[in-house]
Amino acid sequence: MLKLLRYLRKKDYMFMIVSIVFIVVQVYLELTLPDYTAKIIQELYKIGSGVKPSVSVILKNGGIMLAMAFGSLGAAILVGFFVTMISAGLSFTLRGKIYDKIQGFSLHEINRFSTASLMTRTTNDIRQVAMVVSMGASALIKAPIMAIYAVIKIVNKGWQWSLSTGIVLAILSISIITIMAVVIPKFKKMQTLIDKLNRVTRENLTGIRVVRASNAEDFQEEKFKETNTDLTKTNLFIGKMLALFDPVMTILLSGLSLSIYWIGAYIVKDAVSFSNMTVFVSYAMQVVMSFIMLIVIFMLLPRALVSAKRINEVLDTENKIVPGNYVDEFDGTASVVFENVSFKYPDAEEYVLHDISFTANEGETIAFIGSTGSGKSTLINLIPRLYDATEGRVLIDGVDVKDYSLETLNKKIGYVPQRGVLFSGSVKDNVNFGDNNASEEEIKSAISTAQASSFVSRMPDGIDSIISQGGTNVSGGQRQRLSIARAIARKPEIFIFDDSFSALDYKTDKKLRSALKKDTAKVTKFIVAQRIGTIKEADKIIVLEAGNMVGIGTHEELLKNCPVYREIALSQLSKEEL
Amino acid sequence: MARHINRKNVSSEKMEKGTFKTSMKKLLLYCRKYWGWLIFALALGIVGVITQIIGPNKIMDLTNVISDGLIYHAGNIDIAEVTKICVLLVCLYIVGALFNYFQNYITTIVTQKVGRNLRRDISKKINKLPLNYFDSHLHGDVLSRVTNDVDTVTQSLSESVGSLFSSGLLFVGVLIMMFITEPLMALTVIGATILGFALSLIFLTKSQKYFNKVQEQMGELNAHIEETYSGHNVVRLFNAEENRKEEFTKINKQLHKYGWRSRFLSGVMGPVMGFVGNFGYVAVCIVGALLARKHGISYFGVITAFMIYVRLFSRPLSSIAQSLTSLQSASAASKRVFEFLEGEEQASEEGKLSAPAKIEGNIDFENVRFGYKPEKIIIKDFSCKVNAGQKIAIVGPTGAGKTTLVNLLMKFYETNSGDIKIDGISIGDMKREAVHSLFGMVLQDTWLFEGTIMENLKYNNKDVSDKRVYQVCKAVGIDHFIQTLSKGYNTIVDDTINLSAGQKQLLTIARTMIADRPMVILDEATSSVDTRTEILLQQAMDKAMEGRTSFVIAHRLSTIKNADTILVLKDGDIVEKGKHEDLLAKGGAYAELYNSQFEEE
Repeated sequence: MLKLLRYLRKKDYMFMIVSIVFIVVQVYLELTLPDYTAKIIQELYKIGSGVKPSVSVILKNGGIMLAMAFGSLGAAILVGFFVTMISAGLSFTLRGKIYDKIQGFSLHEINRFSTASLMTRTTNDIRQVAMVVSMGASALIKAPIMAIYAVIKIVNKGWQWSLSTGIVLAILSISIITIMAVVIPKFKKMQTLIDKLNRVTRENLTGIRVVRASNAEDFQEEKFKETNTDLTKTNLFIGKMLALFDPVMTILLSGLSLSIYWIGAYIVKDAVSFSNMTVFVSYAMQVVMSFIMLIVIFMLLPRALVSAKRINEVLDTENKIVPGNYVDEFDGTASVVFENVSFKYPDAEEYVLHDISFTANEGETIAFIGSTGSGKSTLINLIPRLYDATEGRVLIDGVDVKDYSLETLNKKIGYVPQRGVLFSGSVKDNVNFGDNNASEEEIKSAISTAQASSFVSRMPDGIDSIISQGGTNVSGGQRQRLSIARAIARKPEIFIFDDSFSALDYKTDKKLRSALKKDTAKVTKFIVAQRIGTIKEADKIIVLEAGNMVGIGTHEELLKNCPVYREIALSQLSKEEL
Repeated sequence: MARHINRKNVSSEKMEKGTFKTSMKKLLLYCRKYWGWLIFALALGIVGVITQIIGPNKIMDLTNVISDGLIYHAGNIDIAEVTKICVLLVCLYIVGALFNYFQNYITTIVTQKVGRNLRRDISKKINKLPLNYFDSHLHGDVLSRVTNDVDTVTQSLSESVGSLFSSGLLFVGVLIMMFITEPLMALTVIGATILGFALSLIFLTKSQKYFNKVQEQMGELNAHIEETYSGHNVVRLFNAEENRKEEFTKINKQLHKYGWRSRFLSGVMGPVMGFVGNFGYVAVCIVGALLARKHGISYFGVITAFMIYVRLFSRPLSSIAQSLTSLQSASAASKRVFEFLEGEEQASEEGKLSAPAKIEGNIDFENVRFGYKPEKIIIKDFSCKVNAGQKIAIVGPTGAGKTTLVNLLMKFYETNSGDIKIDGISIGDMKREAVHSLFGMVLQDTWLFEGTIMENLKYNNKDVSDKRVYQVCKAVGIDHFIQTLSKGYNTIVDDTINLSAGQKQLLTIARTMIADRPMVILDEATSSVDTRTEILLQQAMDKAMEGRTSFVIAHRLSTIKNADTILVLKDGDIVEKGKHEDLLAKGGAYAELYNSQFEEE
């Protein structure tokens, strides 16, 4: 929790100091208000001696009291203002920080946390922390000031009373600590359950067609119900424990004043000690009340602590991809060399790729083929550093990809993922994405190279048509072509197509490839594909089998000397067609 | 997107007035089931309040006994009397605390159950809404309603309901006591309080607007981060972090703006209420003093009593104010929850037919016309007769309406006009579940959930034997792969296991084959599977689909060569129809499509 406070801005510390000043003012005004009551009462005492109390004295003191009440309101409002500035500022900063951090994550880290959990951490968890800060900040400052002020007033007024106050405070602390010790682990559980609930719902939403097609609505609901019941049970447990707070506190508070009077009955001997007793009660209440103020925060604290921990987990995650700082000129083409590259996923035992070496010269098309799970995608993911090679090196224009600044590296690469990813926004925004800086003409030409012109022009507003979140209002093939257009608009030195053509029909696939060849001849291309047709014309085809390179060469060469390749080819085309 | 937001803002602006009342009313009605419990809690609260009001009186008696002893009996305090009062007080406190606890206990249970019910109903609702709801709404937004909003509702309710009860009761109790003691002073206190309350009302109404905005922006933020986090690869590789960050910052700033305003305004309620208390205190002092001038020294007791009353009166008021702010965020959040729960559901299908026991598999498309939006027709006039047991392939360029056709057949959407009949029965007359139960369907977008592989494969068919699952997996060629996983069929599918798109497709195919439905729809089911596996898969599927009507959408034309009928679709119309060889010989659209696979430059 405290760790998160380092994200407070300088301004916030200023706000805090100002708040403290105003809190002192407020406490002073509130605690001296009764002094003026005393003055009024003294004036009224004159009745006893037959003098009519003066209206002007009553009104004057009354006026001062009124002014003090207004003053204390003003001070409190200002404190509220600054404190909310601090807490709202903190959640603003935290959201930004966590978002930045996650953007810098590699695939591995995203998968480790899971998208759903990262989402809860960015929203729900931060909200919890901010709530405690906004409620806590003023109470944390106010409580000690009140307590100190009150203690000064009651010290030396009778040890028996002080002792009983001490005992009440001790009982209060012990009961609170006990309740907390039981509740805190449950809070942790609760947060995980919220994650789970989020996930189950998300699954239902993303798989809604499958769910309906399988008539599995009840099945999904059953699953949701399970998590929901777990969550409710945990919440109930926490709620029942926290329900203890109020009665425990009331009984201790009332008990304290009662015990002071009860003890008073034995030790009060004269008028002075009698007035001491009345004063002691009111100020002891102040001490306990400020204590309770702190406790209220402690009630909110456990959930916030768990949230803070979850936020810190993200913020403290060491980014596995350490960017280099090499920057070079952009010449529109690049060579890529794999030098004895092996790869395994972090924490995994088995290698996914074994000792891969090959060279892609400038402007060449390199294709990868192999069975599902042979490591094709993993291999090309090493070029843009979605993962880093475990052993060996990947070089672009003779420089290790790890040495490039990420911005330079990304600029060189036009990447098309396996599943077309689009963002809410217009078609134009999606093609002219990120640091692409294409003119309207270039956007249109990229769309046309990607064979997307016809359907884009049929959309209601052409390239200004709106794509909904996740691109659900365009078909899979259209999504894929737009994500290809996005890569083309970038004018990269290297294209990476991670099985990007399989969502397209042959005709479109074919047209797209010839258009690419024509429009982007200089660009070095890496293509992962399933269809022989897609890769037949590649300069080099690399055949992968269980993470090993079992063949490299052109279509004709491989047909002759690579049995795996021949098998794949035969599975797709008849002998004559080969 | 931008347009979408604007529309939302306009409507929310209109709705602000009376939002609080309507959402609270809805929430109250929603809790109907628990009204009995709430009334019981209220009753417990009354007892608790009585002990709270009697307490100060007894304490007064106690001090009187002590001061009596000091003044009139030369310091000899009546200890027996003191003990009597103290014991009585101890009992009173214990009873009060017990009742207080049970009251809290009950309200906790009620609010948590309400939260559970809200979540349950949202989850049920998801499955009742028509599919096009999800075409136009963001997932993140729906998610935010299930977690953030329901969470806010329950948290605020549990904070407010209990204290609203006890504070309200205390308020009434003190009011009665004040009028019994001295009506004139009571009026002074009330007058001062009303003044303060008027002040706070201004804040209250203002902050409601911001609470609604906060909840809205939260949904928006959720939608944005879901997109960014799940499209993370693309964002990074296109150096789009800054762009995305800009958009994020825009939402974040809005959230900050409304967040701090709503929190500040609601935070001010506390001090304002404190002021109401102080103001009342001052009024009591002044008015009391002026009255004392007339009534003489005996009026002192009344003044001291009222000094206590004014505190007792303003304390519940500030807790009521606090509860009201809590209720405000509850109302803002519940508005969003109810908005979702009240979304228009799919038409009721009561009285419609269930699935016929025996299905032949004849399917007639009769002049089907459909568009996702009425102004944009995708399928214009589609007619086609499919005989039982046929394998129908649907091919054509992307966007030709292949998937749409399947969506209609599955009754995911209703046709605008025309009809689809299964064995002569219009699917319009059948229940949706009935239609679904006739088809096994594999989609291009693979979908697996977090659970073991076995659970993913059996999915909704719990009575399928494990043996059958192994059999199918062997047939589709995924068994070996599953065996190599650390826990075989019991491996949990989550983000940490690296399944390729092809492996995912094999799993979903296996799932559909296990479900064993009378007809089959394959929508690009094997697009990510390598071709060697595909051939084996093809054989397995052909065998499994023998005698069943099946629809296959595929780009790889090798998959569908042996189809009984190939429908070539373009812009929602059939342009060619026939067997592979015939179509090829014809040299039309299909031949062109087919030959493009092999064409050299």
